[in-house]
Amino acid sequence: MNVKPTCYFEASARTRIAKLVDPDSFSELCPPHLRHSSPHLARLNAPVAFDDGVMVGRALLAGHPVLIAGQEGKFNGGAVGEVHGAKLCGLLERALSERPAAVLLLVDSGGVRLHEANAGLIAISELMRAVLRTEEAGIPVFALIGGSCGAFGGMGIVTLLCTEVVISEQGRIGLSGPEVIETVKGVDEFDSRDRALVWRITGGKLRRVLGDATRLVDDDIASFRAATAELLGKHAERRLPASDLAALTEEHEQLSARARRYDTARDGRIVFEEAGFTELESVALMPVDDFNRHLEGTP
Amino acid sequence: MNMLFDRLFGSGRHTITVDGDFFAGTAAVADAEAVIIGTRNKAAIGSGLALKVAAAILAAVREDDSLSRPPRTIVFLVDTQGQELSRHEELLGLNGYFAHVARCCDLARRHGHRLVTVVHGEAVSGGFLAFGLMADRVCALPDAQVRVMDLRAMSKVTKIPYDRLVVLAEESPVFAPGAENFWRMGAVHELWSAEDDWNSCLASAVFHAGSEDGRALLGLERGGRMLAAAITGLVAGS
Amino acid sequence: MEQFVMTFPVGNRQSEIHPPRVCGVVSSGNLEVLVESGEPGDSCRIDVHTPAEGFRDIWNAVLGDFVERHPVGGVNVTINDAGATPAVVSLRLDQAVELFRSEKP
Repeated sequence: MNVKPTCYFEASARTRIAKLVDPDSFSELCPPHLRHSSPHLARLNAPVAFDDGVMVGRALLAGHPVLIAGQEGKFNGGAVGEVHGAKLCGLLERALSERPAAVLLLVDSGGVRLHEANAGLIAISELMRAVLRTEEAGIPVFALIGGSCGAFGGMGIVTLLCTEVVISEQGRIGLSGPEVIETVKGVDEFDSRDRALVWRITGGKLRRVLGDATRLVDDDIASFRAATAELLGKHAERRLPASDLAALTEEHEQLSARARRYDTARDGRIVFEEAGFTELESVALMPVDDFNRHLEGTP
Repeated sequence: MNMLFDRLFGSGRHTITVDGDFFAGTAAVADAEAVIIGTRNKAAIGSGLALKVAAAILAAVREDDSLSRPPRTIVFLVDTQGQELSRHEELLGLNGYFAHVARCCDLARRHGHRLVTVVHGEAVSGGFLAFGLMADRVCALPDAQVRVMDLRAMSKVTKIPYDRLVVLAEESPVFAPGAENFWRMGAVHELWSAEDDWNSCLASAVFHAGSEDGRALLGLERGGRMLAAAITGLVAGS
Repeated sequence: MEQFVMTFPVGNRQSEIHPPRVCGVVSSGNLEVLVESGEPGDSCRIDVHTPAEGFRDIWNAVLGDFVERHPVGGVNVTINDAGATPAVVSLRLDQAVELFRSEKP
C-alpha cells in the first residue's frame, strides 16, 4: 500500500477524525443536519455552522471504542460558544455511562467565542469540571493538538487537565495568545510576528520538554493515530491513577520547581539548553524521532 | 479589607493574613470554622498567585485529613482583572498552573469540602476560570464586576458597531459584562444587595452549595442560557 | 446576512434517498453545503444564507448551472456562506452532491 500522508495542520476537523479512527467507524452525535447552530452568532449577523464548529461522536481506534470530538479551527478560530461547549460537555457526560477506552479531544481553539463570551466562559468552566469527573471515573481524556489555532485561552486550561497531550511541532499551547499580549503590553513584551520566538514559547517541542505535552509526533494524521493507539494500549493495561492528595502535592512541587528554575526566563532557549539541546538551531530542525530519543534518553 | 471581613464573618471572628494581592486564613461561617482564600487589588493572576491559591487549598485538605475532622468549608474571595499577560508566564505555561488550581478545587470537593465563591471586586475571564468559577456556589456582592470583555473591545474584535452591541446587550445576557448576566446564565448563583446581611447570606450559600454542576439547568430555569442543558443531554444520551 | 430559497425544477428525476452529507467549512471565502433528501421529488430546493447582500442574481446563475450539471430531484441543499466566490461555491456544491450520492442509500 502506498498511502500519502495527510497533513494534520491543514486538514479540516472532519478529515482529521475520519483518518484518525478506524475506517468508517465514526458515527456522529448531534450531526449537522439537525442544525444546532448558534442563535447568538445569527443574532449578531455573523455566519453560522450546522455543527457550531465542533463534531462529536463515537468511533473505534485500533479496535478501542472511543468518544471523540474535533474542533474546527477554521470556523471562528475554533472558539467555544454555548452550543459548541455543550456538545463537548455532553460527550464527556456520555463517557460516564458508555465507558469508552478514552475520550479524545482534537483541540483547535483560541478559547472563548467573543460573540457569546459569557456563555463560552461558563461552558469552558463546565468542560473543566466534566474532564475532571471523567478522569475521576477512571476514563482517560486525551488532547490532540496540531491545528492552526492550537490550544489557547480556556481550551489551554482544559488541555492541561487531560490525561495525555499529543502534540505536533506545529501545535501550540498557551493561555494568552502572543497577539493578545502584544496588543495589551506592547511589542517589546511579545513580538507576535517573531515566529521563531512564538515557537520557543508556545510550540510543541518546548511544551514536550516542559512536560505539558506527553507525546510529540510528526504533523501527519497517521502519526497522531499511531501515538493515540499506543497510549490507548498503555491505558488499557492499567487503571488511571487517582488524582489524590499525594499526587497533587507532587504536581504542586513540580510546578513550584519550574517557576523557581525559570524565574526570570522569557525565552524557551534556556529550557532547551537545560534539557541538553545545546544548539538551539538544531532543535528546530531536528526530526521528531531524534528529538524524542534525545529527550527520553533511549539509544 | 477588614470592613469586608467584618461584614462577611462578623467583627473579631476572622484571622486572615494579607500578603500583597493574596490573603488567607480562617473565619467563622455558620458557626463553624471555614478556610478563607482570596485575592484583592484586581489582582492579575500569574503562576505565583495560582500556586498560593493551590497551596492554601491543599493545606486545608491535608490538615482536615490528618486531624480526621469534618472537612471545613473553603470560601474564595475573588477580585481579579484576569490572567497575567506576559511572555514569562506563557513560557512557564500559566494554563497548566490554572489547571492545577482546578484539580486542587476538585480534590477538595471530593474530600467533602464545600467551595463557595464571593466576588468582592472584579471577576474577569481566565482569572475567574482559575479562581472562583470552580466553586460549588458563586455569589456576587452588589458592586462586583463579572465579565469576559467590555463592549468597546468586543466591538473592535468582532467589527460589530458598539451602539448595536449596546442595544443587543439589552436583549440577551450572552456577551455583555455584568454579574446580573452571569446570574441569568446560571454561573453566579446569588446576587447580594447592599442591604443584605452578608453574614447570613454566606451561611445560607454554604448550606445550599451542592457538589454537582447544575449550572446549565439553572441557566435554563432563569431564562439566560436556553440551549446548553438540552444540547448536553442530547449528546450525552441522557 | 441575507437568506433566500431558490427552487429549480428538474423534471421527473427523483434521486434515491441517501443520508445527509455536509461538505466545506464556514471560514472566510469559503462555505458549508448540506445536502439532504427531501420533497418535492421533481425539483431541487436550495436555501442560501450569505453575509454578502445584494448578489441574488449571481447566486441564481451559479445555482442554476449547478442544477444543470446535477439535475437531481428530491434534494434539499442548504448553504452557510462566508463570502465565497462563485467558483468556490460551484466546486463545493459539486463535491457535496458527489459525496451525498456516494453514500449508500
